[in-house]
Parts: sequence; structure tokens; C-alpha cells
Amino acid sequence: MRPKNVPEPEELSKIDHKPPLFESWMDKKPEFKPGFYCYGAKAKNIAAVGMPNPRDWSPTDEDWKLPENWKEIFLNGMKERLEKYRSFKLFMDICVRCGACADKCHYFIGSGDPKNMPVLRAELLRSVYRKYFTTGGKLFGKLAGARELTFDVLKEIWYYLYQCSECRRCSLFCPYGIDTAEITILGRELTNLLGLNTDWIQASVANCYRTGNHIGLQPHAYKDMIEFLCDECEEVTGIRPQPQFNKKGAEILFVTPSGDVFADPGTYTCMGYLLLFHYLQEEYGFDITWSTYASEGGNFGYFTSHEMAKRLHAKIYMEAKRLGVKWILGGECGHMWRLLNQYIDTFNGPPDYLEEPVSPITGTKFEHAKGHKIVHIVEFTADLIRHNKLKLDPSRNDHLVLTFHDSCNPARGMGFFEEPRYVIKSVCRNFYEMPSNTIREQTFCCGSGAGLNAGENMELRMRGGLPRANAVKYVHEKYGVNMMACICAIDRAALPVLMQYWVPEVDITGVHELVGNALVFKNEKKRTTDLRGNPFVGAEEEQGDAV
Amino acid sequence: MLYDGAKILTGLIIGVLFFIFPFLYDAGKPYKKPEPKLTEKAKKAGECVLSKQFMRTWHMQLLDEWRNDVVRKGIHYYRPREIAREMKLDKRLFDQLRHYISDGTRIYVPKSDKVYYMSLQNTCLDCHSNKKEFCDQCHNYLGVHPYCWNCHIAPEEK
Amino acid sequence: MNFLVGLIFSAIVAIVVLLVPWIGVGVLHLYTIFGIVVPYLAILIFLIGMILRVIDWGRSPVPFRIPTTAGQQWSFPWIKHSWIENPKDSKGVIVRMALEVLCFRSLFRNVRLEYRRIENLPKVAFEWEKWLWMAAIAFHYSFLVIFLRHFRFFTNPIPSFVKIIEKLDGFFQAGVLPIPGLTIPEVYITDLLLLAAVTYLLLRRLYIPQVRYVSLPSDYFPLFLILGIGTTGVLMRYFLRVDVTKVKELAFGLFKFHPHVPDGIGTIFFIHLFFVCTLIAYIPFSKICHMAGIFLSPTRNLSNNSRFKRHINPWDNKPAWEYPGMVHTYEEYEEEFRDVMIEAGIPVEKMPEKKEEEKPEQEQ
Repeated sequence: MRPKNVPEPEELSKIDHKPPLFESWMDKKPEFKPGFYCYGAKAKNIAAVGMPNPRDWSPTDEDWKLPENWKEIFLNGMKERLEKYRSFKLFMDICVRCGACADKCHYFIGSGDPKNMPVLRAELLRSVYRKYFTTGGKLFGKLAGARELTFDVLKEIWYYLYQCSECRRCSLFCPYGIDTAEITILGRELTNLLGLNTDWIQASVANCYRTGNHIGLQPHAYKDMIEFLCDECEEVTGIRPQPQFNKKGAEILFVTPSGDVFADPGTYTCMGYLLLFHYLQEEYGFDITWSTYASEGGNFGYFTSHEMAKRLHAKIYMEAKRLGVKWILGGECGHMWRLLNQYIDTFNGPPDYLEEPVSPITGTKFEHAKGHKIVHIVEFTADLIRHNKLKLDPSRNDHLVLTFHDSCNPARGMGFFEEPRYVIKSVCRNFYEMPSNTIREQTFCCGSGAGLNAGENMELRMRGGLPRANAVKYVHEKYGVNMMACICAIDRAALPVLMQYWVPEVDITGVHELVGNALVFKNEKKRTTDLRGNPFVGAEEEQGDAV
Repeated sequence: MLYDGAKILTGLIIGVLFFIFPFLYDAGKPYKKPEPKLTEKAKKAGECVLSKQFMRTWHMQLLDEWRNDVVRKGIHYYRPREIAREMKLDKRLFDQLRHYISDGTRIYVPKSDKVYYMSLQNTCLDCHSNKKEFCDQCHNYLGVHPYCWNCHIAPEEK
Repeated sequence: MNFLVGLIFSAIVAIVVLLVPWIGVGVLHLYTIFGIVVPYLAILIFLIGMILRVIDWGRSPVPFRIPTTAGQQWSFPWIKHSWIENPKDSKGVIVRMALEVLCFRSLFRNVRLEYRRIENLPKVAFEWEKWLWMAAIAFHYSFLVIFLRHFRFFTNPIPSFVKIIEKLDGFFQAGVLPIPGLTIPEVYITDLLLLAAVTYLLLRRLYIPQVRYVSLPSDYFPLFLILGIGTTGVLMRYFLRVDVTKVKELAFGLFKFHPHVPDGIGTIFFIHLFFVCTLIAYIPFSKICHMAGIFLSPTRNLSNNSRFKRHINPWDNKPAWEYPGMVHTYEEYEEEFRDVMIEAGIPVEKMPEKKEEEKPEQEQ
């Protein structure tokens, strides 16, 4: 399980955070280290969504096959974005380089590469901004911190823009709220004008556009996967969920990241959803449908450009409208929820054709979601538990000692802290927090966000995940934590590998997997294992007695 | 086109008002400068302890020195001409440089050998008996509140 | 260009700023230029420059609602809402911004990375670090107090708030110090604080490797200017005294549009004044424009209300499907996958028409 092509932790942890005394970052040419970047986007995936400059290329190529006038395209794109985004213009102007952000970035902590300091990551673009858009930069050049946009500079910008996971931790500490995520998002938009995406992102975008989800599951396959998870549920609980697909007139549409359907341990979270929905259907006549068309809650378009994010996420509202549902329930996902909170209504709203969300079971009005009409499944479940609508047996999670990883986007792009904790504490009895400056709004990234969860940049991921892993290690050693819960599909994909590398004793779970474990059905069979087939505490002895 | 124009303009106006406050404060009222008046006695004396320029800028330090000399060292008489003449060359050069940067005058050597009894009340205020027209003119103009009058009695004025 | 080049370059520029008025006034006696023309010009550049800068920012819209949420969102009544750190309305935003502007809330969070390896394994820890915050607070508030205190030269009669500030600032009456007269008039605390804070900010820029690495000449230069302003100011007050009555005549005259330069003001004053003028004229073109920028920062001045109140993007207010070719519609999707959907029992909008004919073909 331990990732290949990554040095051993003993080796990798030799990190020097002190940049060389007499080095000038402006003159240092970029060096593409294997394990730090992803493969270049393939022509077919760029062409599939009609984006510019489709051709096969690799970041290590001498020639990136850029259009003749690439500089003009880049600078015009920059000008356009300066005029369209106050954030961009302001953040280019007001940084005082106080350095408060420098040691807050997980990539800098893990790599020691000075250009991974948020301030310098932004300075890479800022230096170009100064050269072409400010008088001082035009007049004084390097003395004013301005740089000509050369091919080397472009390469450098590219290399470091795709080493930022847009987690916004730096923006929390910045006295002016300068948000490197915003700079990275817009910077990546510029690289995409030249066809310079990574294939990991671009392929997901192309898949999502055509099939509705990042993995490229066609409708029958998507349904198949979920049916397979229903089989698994049946095996463990004796209950077979009956999910509905593309059902017109259902009350609620459920949208979750496709990672939950596809890869462990997200699949267990998905089983949790299925069991919960089935429980509610049996007990209260809950009517919810999955969609094969809007089968992706995540949005790799967001790691490409605002426009692409808007295009991909439009499907959620379009499908809700077509099916005639009342409102939408969203699964556990990080950047999906930043988008649903901060963007989707602006992108594709207003969803007048939907109703203000009301829980059909508790009657709770989700007042705070009345605009975009999307409810987070964790707040939905929290409300159910609060109203005693679920029969839960938290002792079934007694074999787990838990901690909770706040995913960056719901943390700093939404403020979603108490709901998941409330649910976890209701379904588990052993819960310990990580140190306070690594959780909640100060949470550390998994190291693989914003489309960096590929295989070829594994070293970067292990390095970027170091601060998170270190906090996990702390609670593992102190309290015996053996499981970390999270509410993000990328976390569920990325953290197990990270844990294997740094803290192999700890595994990863979604919150609804824990709910699934604890949920007591009327007609269930005697349950002896959790959804993963791990025995409950005490279950082994009982089995032994029976034999 | 200005986005969030109302808020931005309000903020700008507040900001600009803050910075141009000195232009607006009491605007329209005529420009006035202080005119300290000398008493007849002072006019007659012709010169002060040291040069006029020196006294304008350094009198508070001189008074502090006097206080030190009288209270701590028991010295009661001040001989400016003697002091000026006995000054070593290096100190004179340094002093001249200081004068040059701060007020552009030359070192002043008093015209007479006059000896002063070091006392604010008995010497200074003897000539400058018009506190309101003399001391307060500049002190009020500049918002200075010397603590001399915490102990010393201001001269009676008509 | 390494840090030394940046440091030396900005130091040279600062020395030029020092020498220009020294020569201009001390040697060439250009009183009108340095006493009247330069100050008016600097104030004009500052005001117009700042207004244009802010308007330039304002001309770019804020297309998305992107506050950095630093506390619990507003949701259920039984969950405590962090109304300042994650504001839902303008009340929260106002308090959040006030804390940010007046107390440097975000900078107060600062910690310092302490990276160690113990038995070859990494240990990431964070240590207490409020020095930057303290220096920033000391610096900015001292600067503000000093600026307000200077109103005693700009106004007549002096407003009472200036007198109060001055009294509080000067409550240290050190009395008799080794050098007679040194603490007459009273020492201002902010003078010392400002110089100490600026010195600290300069030293940390040189001492902390990461900050040194990212520093540009434009980071050193304002520090040098402010050091210059502070030093000349302190010199004038305690060591190389100038005739403040005449200084006020000059300053007050400027603000009354009755400009004239009285005789007998020392060169040191013109050096001080020129440093100040350089600084304020430099503000709109430099990072110091953060004094206005902070108010416009979209990650701080927006409420996190986008789940219940629609934020409108002025340059794109239509859903994606209203633009041609932007989305892959359900119809296109079903067209491609209809057969497999039917086979898998997923409902479709349109059943294929020639079903009867197709079937035998497939069987063949």
C-alpha cells in the first residue's frame, strides 16, 4: 500500500526551511522534479470540452507546443481577469510581504521549497503583473519586483500553480485576507488559455462533461456500482437498500461525488448513505432519487476555470429541474461544498423551480439553505439525530477511536464545524480532537486537493500531507486514535495513502459510514461486523460462544 | 462603472475628509500668527541671557539646567559670556554645526559681562512680567503646557 | 537580485531623499520649493493617487462571494453561530472588519513553525509568535498618534482631542536625566515605540530567512523613509531644536492656503518634511496602499450568506444552459446512452421508436 517512487519518511523528512542567503528567486530557473507535477493534459480531453490548444504535451518537454502569440494570450487573459475580479487586482497590489503566510502552507512545511510559500507563489504572478500593468514595474523592472514574461517564467508559474491545493489556510492568517486560492484559481485559468492543464484534472473534466461524473461511469455502470454496494449492505446487515435512479417526481435529488461510488473507503460512506435513505424510506416514506446524469457532486472544472466549474455544476440544477424534485441533498465532499455554498447560486441560479428545503421527516426548515436549495447530508442527519428520528447504537463503533479532519473547503469556504462533530459524537463514543491549530478553521489540507490527487505527483502529496499526518500521529500516540473521519471525497481518496506513509495505524472513514454502522434497523440480521467487515467489540466472543 | 459605488464612495469621502481635516478645520478664518509682546523693561534691557534665536528654541533646556544647578549643585549665578569664551574649540565646532542644521545662526557671544541670578521668578519674570502677552502667546499657539506654573507663581497682571 | 542588492538599492534611494533637501535648502536656499511646492505637490499626489487607486479597484466587480470563513456557519438554532468570524449579515461584517482594521485580528493568529526531526521522524510544531503582531500594532498606532499629534502644527486653535492625545502620549516626565534638558519637553512614548517597531520590522526582514528571501526593494524603502522621518523628528525635538513657532507658521500657512516660509527654520526641518512628502506621495504607488485596500478585501468584507441570498455576478448573470454549447444537456446525454439506460432499467424521456425493427437486427 505504501506509495512507490517516494523516498522513505526518514529521508523525506530532511527538510530545510531556510532559503539560501544570497539566492535571488527571480533569477532562479524552474527545475521540474519528478514526483512534484502531474502529466500534461491530453489533446482529446482538452478538445472534448472545447478548450484552447488541444495537443498532447508533457511538462518536461522542451517545447510545450504553445500558440505563436502565447504571451499576448496570457497577458490579455490577465488584463481581462484584473477587470473582472476585484480580488485579483487587489491581491496583486496590497501584499506587504510580511511573511505571516510563509510557514502556514502545508506544501512549504513539507517541501521547504521557498516558492511554495504562499507569498512567493503569488509573487510569481505579481512580478508579471508589475511588469505589464504598473508604471513602477515598467520603469524599474526587477528593482520594482517586475519580471518579463518569458517561457521560463511561464514554466515556473505553471509548476507552482499546480502545487497549490487552494486550501485557503494562508488567507486565514493574512492581515489583508489575501487568498492564494483565488490567485491560483485565476492563474490556472490563464494556463488553461494555453492548453496547460494537467491530465488528471482535464480527463476528469472531459469525463464529467460527457458521462456526468469524473470517473466516466456511464449510466448503467453507475447504477451497477450502487447496486453492488447494496449487495454489500445486504451482506452485512441483512437489509437491501432500494435506491431510485432518475426518478421523476421524487421529493429530493441526491448528489454526491462519484468517488463515493467508486473507491474505498468512500464506498463505505456511500453504503452509509444507502442505509440511511433506506431506513428513512422504511420508517418515514422518504422519497429520494439518485441521478446518473448529475452523478458528480465534485467539480474538477473548478481546478480549471470558473467557467468550466459553472458548466459542469449546471447539471445539478438542470437535473433537479427535469426531475421536478423539491430540493437537493448534497453528499460529503469538500470543494463541492465550497462551490455549492459560494458559487452555484451565482453561477447557475436562482433555482426558482425548487422549493425552500424542509426536512420531510422532522419538518425542520433549512432556513440557511433557502437560496441555493441544497442541504448538506451531514446537517440533514444532524437534524434527524437532534429530533431523535434515528435509532442508533453507538457501541457499534466502539472498535474505533476517532478523530475528525476538517476538510479545507467546508472549513474555510463555509464554516461547517459543529454539524459533523455532532453527528460523530452521536454515533461514536471514542472521539478525540487533534491539536487546536490543526483543526477547524486552521485545519491542514490532506495535501492532495484541487486536482493534485494523482499518482505521478506522490512525493508532493506525501510532503504536503505531512502537517496533517503529524497531527494524526500525535492523537494516535496520545489517545490511540485509529480512525480519522472526514467529509470530503478527495480526503477519502488521498488520506489513506498518506496515513499508510506516515501513520499506518490510522485509517480513514466518512461520517456516514459511522452512521451506517450505528443505525439499527427493525428487521436487520444480527450484526457482528461494521460495514467493512471488521468485527464489533464483543462480537467475536459472542460468536465464539455460539460455536 | 463603479461596483459597490455607494459604499466605496462613502469610504473614500470619509478617508479624504480625515486627511484633509487640517484644511477644513476653521476654514475661512484668517491666518494668524502669535505676537509675543515685550514689556518696556525688556525692551530697554536690549538683550536676554543669550541670543533671541537661542532663547526662542532652547529656553526650556536652559531653565532645566538652571534648576539643576541651583537645586542640586547650589550654584546660583550664570555667566553666559564667560561660558561662551571658555568653550573649547571642538565643542564650539560641534555647537556651530548644531546651530547650522537647526536654525542657521552662528554661535552667540553675549555683548556684556552681565551675570544672572538663576531664578525663573526673580530674574526671567522680572523682565517678562507679562505672561499672557509673552509666554502664553506661543505656548497656547503650539499647545504647549509647561509645568513651570505647577510650582512657580505667575506674575500678577493688570 | 538578492536581498543585499535590494537593501543597498533602497538605502541609496533613501540617502538621495535625505540629500536632496539638505543641498536644496542648506546650500541652494530653495525655501519656496521645499517648503511650499513640494508639500502641496505631495498632498495632491497622495489624494488624487489614492482616489484613483480605490476607484480602479472599485471598477472591478466582485463576481463571487468568497469570504474566508473562520468560524461556525449560521445554521440551526441549536448550533452556536460564530457571528463575527463567519458573519451572516452586515452587522457581523462590520464587527469583523473593525477587528481586522483596528486589532489586526488575522495577524493575531500568527504562529511560528518549529520543525524538528526526532529519531529521524518529523515533528511539526507551532510556537507562540506574537512579535510581528505587536510590532505591527505598535507601529501603526504610533504612526496614527504621531500624525494626529502633528495637528497642533496644522490647526489654530488646537482641537481638544489633539491636546488630549498629546497629554497622554507625553505622560512620561523623566525629569532630570544625565544630559540636562534632554527630557524637556516631555518624551513622547510613540516616538520611541515607532522607532523601535520600525527597527524591529527592518531587522526581522533581514534576519528571518523566509522573509529576507521574499523582500523587495519596495519593502525596505518605506521602512527607511519612516526611519528617516522618525529620526529627524526626534532630533528636532530633543537635540537639534528648531523654532517650532516658525514651523507652525509654515505648516499652518500651507493649510490656510497662505503659504510662506519664515526665516530661521533649520535645514533639519526641511529634511524631515521632504521625507514625509516622499512617503505620502509614494503611498498610492506602493504596497502602503493597503491602508485603503484592506477595506475592499473580498475575503473579509463579505458576509457568508450565499446559501440564502443570491450574490449576483454583474458580468455573467445567466445560468450556463442559457449560453449555446456550454453544457452537455440531458437530451444529448440520453441520446448517447439511451440503449444502455433502458437495458439497466433507468427511466428515459424518449423511448426509441423503431424498437421492433432494431431488435431482430441485434439478434442477427
